[in-house]
Amino acid sequence: MSSLDVNKTYKLFIGGAFPRSESGRVYEIKGANKKFLANPALASRKDLRDAVVAAKSAQSGWANATAFNRGQILYRIAEIMQGRSEQFVEEICALEGVTTKAAKIQVVEAIDTWVWYSGWCDKLSSVSGSQNQVSGPFYNFTTPEALGVIALFAEGKPSLLGAVRTLAPVLAGGNSAILIASESYPLPAITLGEVIATSDVPGGVVNILTGKTSELLPWIGSHMEIDGVDVAGLNKKQEDEIKLVGADNLKRISRFALGNHPERILSFMEHKTIWHPIGI
Amino acid sequence: MSDFEYANAPESKAVANISPNYGLFIGGKFVDPKKGKSFSTINPATEELLSKVGYGDKSDIDAAVRSARAAYTKVWSKMPAKERGKYLYRIARIMQERAREFAVVETLDNGKPIRESRDTDIPLAAAHFFYHAGWADKLDYAGFGSKPKPLGVVGQIIPWNFPLLMLAWKIAPALAAGNTVVLKPAETTPLTALLFAEVCQQAGLPDGVVNIVTGDGITGAALVNHPDINKVAFTGSTEVGKAIARSISATKKTATLELGGKAANLVFEDAAIDEAVEGIINGIFFNQGHVCCAGSRLIIQENVADEVLEKLKKRMSLIRVGDPMDKNTDLGAINSKEQLNKIEEISKTGDAEGANRWSPDVKLPTKGFWYPPTIFTGVTQSHRIAREEIFGPVLSVLTFRTPAEAIEKANNTMYGLSAGIWSDKGAKVLWAAKQLKAGVIWSNTFNKFDPASPFGGYKESGWGREGGRHGLAGYLTSDSKVNK
Repeated sequence: MSSLDVNKTYKLFIGGAFPRSESGRVYEIKGANKKFLANPALASRKDLRDAVVAAKSAQSGWANATAFNRGQILYRIAEIMQGRSEQFVEEICALEGVTTKAAKIQVVEAIDTWVWYSGWCDKLSSVSGSQNQVSGPFYNFTTPEALGVIALFAEGKPSLLGAVRTLAPVLAGGNSAILIASESYPLPAITLGEVIATSDVPGGVVNILTGKTSELLPWIGSHMEIDGVDVAGLNKKQEDEIKLVGADNLKRISRFALGNHPERILSFMEHKTIWHPIGI
Repeated sequence: MSDFEYANAPESKAVANISPNYGLFIGGKFVDPKKGKSFSTINPATEELLSKVGYGDKSDIDAAVRSARAAYTKVWSKMPAKERGKYLYRIARIMQERAREFAVVETLDNGKPIRESRDTDIPLAAAHFFYHAGWADKLDYAGFGSKPKPLGVVGQIIPWNFPLLMLAWKIAPALAAGNTVVLKPAETTPLTALLFAEVCQQAGLPDGVVNIVTGDGITGAALVNHPDINKVAFTGSTEVGKAIARSISATKKTATLELGGKAANLVFEDAAIDEAVEGIINGIFFNQGHVCCAGSRLIIQENVADEVLEKLKKRMSLIRVGDPMDKNTDLGAINSKEQLNKIEEISKTGDAEGANRWSPDVKLPTKGFWYPPTIFTGVTQSHRIAREEIFGPVLSVLTFRTPAEAIEKANNTMYGLSAGIWSDKGAKVLWAAKQLKAGVIWSNTFNKFDPASPFGGYKESGWGREGGRHGLAGYLTSDSKVNK
């Protein structure tokens, strides 16, 4: 017996909840076969500001969780994604028009990315910190700390992997994130939000917005509570623009080569050096 | 109480051979600026002329960058790393040999006490070269991938508060990593950089590896905007740092920025008060308070505030203000008329906004630029003197009741360069150190610097670190980052 599909409403992900855009706006996403797929939300400046408030208030709790705890939560995301692999494969095939095999490879790679960064959480200060041999009776050491709230412009294709590649390292370092899904390929990012919502990630640590990159970009660039930006999904002109506006609060803005690398984590961390005298 | 007055103990100027005029140091030689312009540098303690130095404009910057590029391509990038390191060792040794001369020239040109230039600035500058010399042939093991590469030509702009030390912070890691440089010293303190150019000649450093172009902000802007530099390294104000970030936003250039600060110096009730008072004095009056990481916001736990302030005022009364060339002097001259005006202007807002000013009774010299050691009590977080960098010997005092309040007040600033903690409880010190949003935390000490210790700020205090392994990263390519 055939039955009509119950289609999903693709909404934003802010502060652990799935609201529609406060603006009431949506835009149409068609599949590779030109057929209607979904009407995701067209996020507004206000939605962005709400996301920043959520991210800012969640960040210190996330950064102050033990690194072991953060690592387990990132691993939990991988576990939950594994269980929903088929859904991601279907979504990627419909959206990107790639073969099932290619979509499966992308999903596996996305899951493996979470596992890889999960393992980094409690090793960062061993690799990037130091005890410094200063010339005097002082104990002097340097450790990496989370930067704060990071905005991520995800790449369009691969749609799921593009989102995970930018998001996982930022979370590993103890930052909270505002992921701007690719304008043309946003759907897997929203489904990723559903995974994150059920993976013990505290509400507000990850926020996901869909909408027009060009509309959100200047507000992200000028928002004084956003500390860093990964410009993976931006073109050169857009990158120049956000660097110009982002100078207002000296945002840390980076673009990375493909592939996983600890520098993706460390570029959104600050190094703190502490001096203390030695003596009785 | 009987007074034991200090007899004068002046350092001799004889060791300083300051030439009446200097050209620009380009391609290993002193050359006249293309337009033939020059400007004066004076002793801020006496307002006497020290020398006339060349004013570099866009065309001079272009010549310097060309010289640096040629040296990079033809010589420095091809030289075995071991040899590069040996040049840096030579430089460190010559700086040590000529340390007294450097100290005297620094004090004459800057106004800082000879005791500080002799015991802090110059030895640390030489140590910086010695430290980085050792990195030159060990970069493959520094944790930046197996074959980190230099960036190319680096444009460097330094401030007037630690002229030679800031030069060392910039040039030593750049050269160790294999880059060549064009450095612009501060307008009011060019002399030790020009003396350093002589050291490069004595060391036989290949021509063009280090180029020094004296001038003002326009000269600096020409350097930042030169199309053939790969990186900008700047120490100075947050305002100029942001302008640099904007002007390179559409280029492939990278930047490290060491900018302003408004450091909190937290005194908890369980601190060793006498030690804390010494730390407060060092934190704000070291180098006339011309220190980006100065402990300019003293935040004291309320129940010990009276005791701390009483002892602090007593200690401030013992600060000897005057001739920087006197070896007994604690507080020297303000570096320039312009800076003195700025200190006066912001300090006046402290009076106007309702804070209470106090200075010990000191007799300031009649010539030169001077400001007495000053504290403001009754300061609130919204006062300009609690928010803006004064860059002078002026301390704003606030109080707190709970540790959480201390952290909140300390972090309530756009800056995040440094902070101090005074407490005898280890767990509390580490707790506070973790909460403070600052790149350098001094606990039970203040204003300590070392080539092995990374220095640099959170938030709007800048980008990147200088010193240590972390400082090297800013002068090497990364196998993960993409610069467009």
